[in-house]
Amino acid sequence: MALTESAPVGVAGLTRDRLRAMYRDMLLGRLLDQRVLVLNRQGRAPFAISGQGHEGAQVGVGYALRRDYDWIIPYYRDISLVLVMGMEPRDQLLAALAKAGDPNSGARQMPAHYSSRRHNIVTGGSPVATQILHAVGVAQAFKYRGEDRVVVATVGEGGTSEGDWHEGLNWAAIHRLPVIFLVENNGFAISVPQSLQMAVEHVADRAAGYGMPGVSVDGGDVLAVYRAASEAVDRARRGGGPTLLEAACVRLQSHSSDDDQRRYRSAEDLAEMRRHDPLERFRADLESSSILADGEADQIRQECQSLIDEAQAEADQAPAPDPDTALRYVYGEA
Amino acid sequence: MPEITYVEAIRDALREEMRRDDRVIVIGEDVGVKGGVFGATAGLFQEFGEERVIDSPLAEAAIVGVAIGCALAGLRPVAEIQFLDFIPPAMDQLISEAAKIRYRSNNDWSCPMVVRAPCGGGVHVHGALYHSQMLEALFAHVPGLKVVLPSNPYDAKGLLLAALRDPDPVCFFEHKGLYRSMRQEVPDEEYLVPIGRGRIVRPGRDISCFTYGATVHEVVTAAESLSRDAIEVEVVDLRTVRPLDRDLIVESATRTGKVLVAHEANLAVGVGAEVAALVAEECFQALDGPVMRIGGPEIPAIPFAESLAEVYCLGPRKIESKLRELAAY
Repeated sequence: MALTESAPVGVAGLTRDRLRAMYRDMLLGRLLDQRVLVLNRQGRAPFAISGQGHEGAQVGVGYALRRDYDWIIPYYRDISLVLVMGMEPRDQLLAALAKAGDPNSGARQMPAHYSSRRHNIVTGGSPVATQILHAVGVAQAFKYRGEDRVVVATVGEGGTSEGDWHEGLNWAAIHRLPVIFLVENNGFAISVPQSLQMAVEHVADRAAGYGMPGVSVDGGDVLAVYRAASEAVDRARRGGGPTLLEAACVRLQSHSSDDDQRRYRSAEDLAEMRRHDPLERFRADLESSSILADGEADQIRQECQSLIDEAQAEADQAPAPDPDTALRYVYGEA
Repeated sequence: MPEITYVEAIRDALREEMRRDDRVIVIGEDVGVKGGVFGATAGLFQEFGEERVIDSPLAEAAIVGVAIGCALAGLRPVAEIQFLDFIPPAMDQLISEAAKIRYRSNNDWSCPMVVRAPCGGGVHVHGALYHSQMLEALFAHVPGLKVVLPSNPYDAKGLLLAALRDPDPVCFFEHKGLYRSMRQEVPDEEYLVPIGRGRIVRPGRDISCFTYGATVHEVVTAAESLSRDAIEVEVVDLRTVRPLDRDLIVESATRTGKVLVAHEANLAVGVGAEVAALVAEECFQALDGPVMRIGGPEIPAIPFAESLAEVYCLGPRKIESKLRELAAY
């Protein structure tokens, strides 16, 4: 949506400060993601997986949640979402460089397996869509305890082909649980296009089959995502049950540092995709409506870069995990 | 003390713990109004309500996966899989998720839950290929899980209470042949049988037979037969197959010098192989014969017809024959 001079405050119910903060979080996610990829190409980070192009979807949803109250069960592209929920650039740089202080997993998992109990960010594995069922269980616990918390589970459109996806949506709808299933649909599961993943145009079309609302939204429009997510969150919090929220995203980078999407996507397709960069679009909207003053975007960028530089310096100096700890925490230690 | 059946002991443990701890909930197919296809949850729905005794959709991965989510959010869920044979769809949730949650989060998260499932068959159970399997070895292979197979009502209650208070995921496999076949005095009050500890069911000086589940009773019958010929078999009920009671196994094997491992599950790459390897590594000097095993043959599971089922199942006579072979060595 376009922002106008006449709606400088209260756009989507958001203040100017909040809108600037959204832009800052999207940009911080983007720059941090870029830094991890650079570290990978320098041979310092063994593996990287990118969320570039998903920032609008993630920040839009994240801002609809209550931080340190609501829960998320993210997947591997959610670098911006976990920043919104309270994690720091240093947390992901420690993970990228496999340092002991990595709060996600103590460098036991590959990077981008986001986790922080402190921030209600649930640990995940690498099998796709298993987290959908965990979110349903978390929501079941909220309902049982009479809490008005909400949990968001995220997944790519490829993950919606898994059985756990189906079982989870079915269960959540039966019990009208406070869970939002966010599908970050970037059109590709590694190299396989959506047309070979499903026969429907929108993942959200399937919601009717489960008996829950399904909403498709342009993930390139952070405020549209915020609005749709806020509706879903309000419904869930009021006991109105789950929502299937699909955000159309672009995958600006390849699937992972071990992939090259130029091998299976045309140059035209890649060029067209870049025209839908959510970050550029939001900046232009904020600048044209004077919510970002001239030069303010650059200033925010410098602040983000400094934060990342400091975090990297800290991560560079941090120790690797002590091999004596490798055998710990298979089971609880009394 | 009242005499109760194995399935009543399971139900009593669930009911007592649900009264004590409102974090305990039960999830599974038919566990609600019906009280479970074997009656293990009878009366729980009526006492604790639909919020705590949840009739799930027919979806095993969801039963376990939703239970994991409940555990992550601070509950103490019990997931019932109606027959162990139907657990494979939930293997991803158990092996990739539940078993790894503590390790992969560096102790930030944990997954305290119990997965209950009836298992096992026999000549007269008529469960055939998909209502009789013993799949414990699949889970015993996985660090992060604990695997318990009680052989009697007393242990069933005490081990289930221990499992419900354990900080990690416990696979609790109940032999359906035991559910109503025996009664035993079981205390009304609470008691715990520790996970990871075996028990000497019958002491003996000549052979150690390590076993668990329903096979314990077949081994005892065989041991009594050998006793009439002055061959004394020590019968050890392992009770837990992960973690194994290594101290007890090594102590008993060292004392008798001869070892047979007996289990209903398929022999190859089974729990018996692990016990045999442990004995070979730790008790080599004390051994007075080859470590032997007896278990299910190289067919997928127990066939339906009694004449075919006989081929799969152990029973006291086959075990006795193997014990005599070992005694004569």
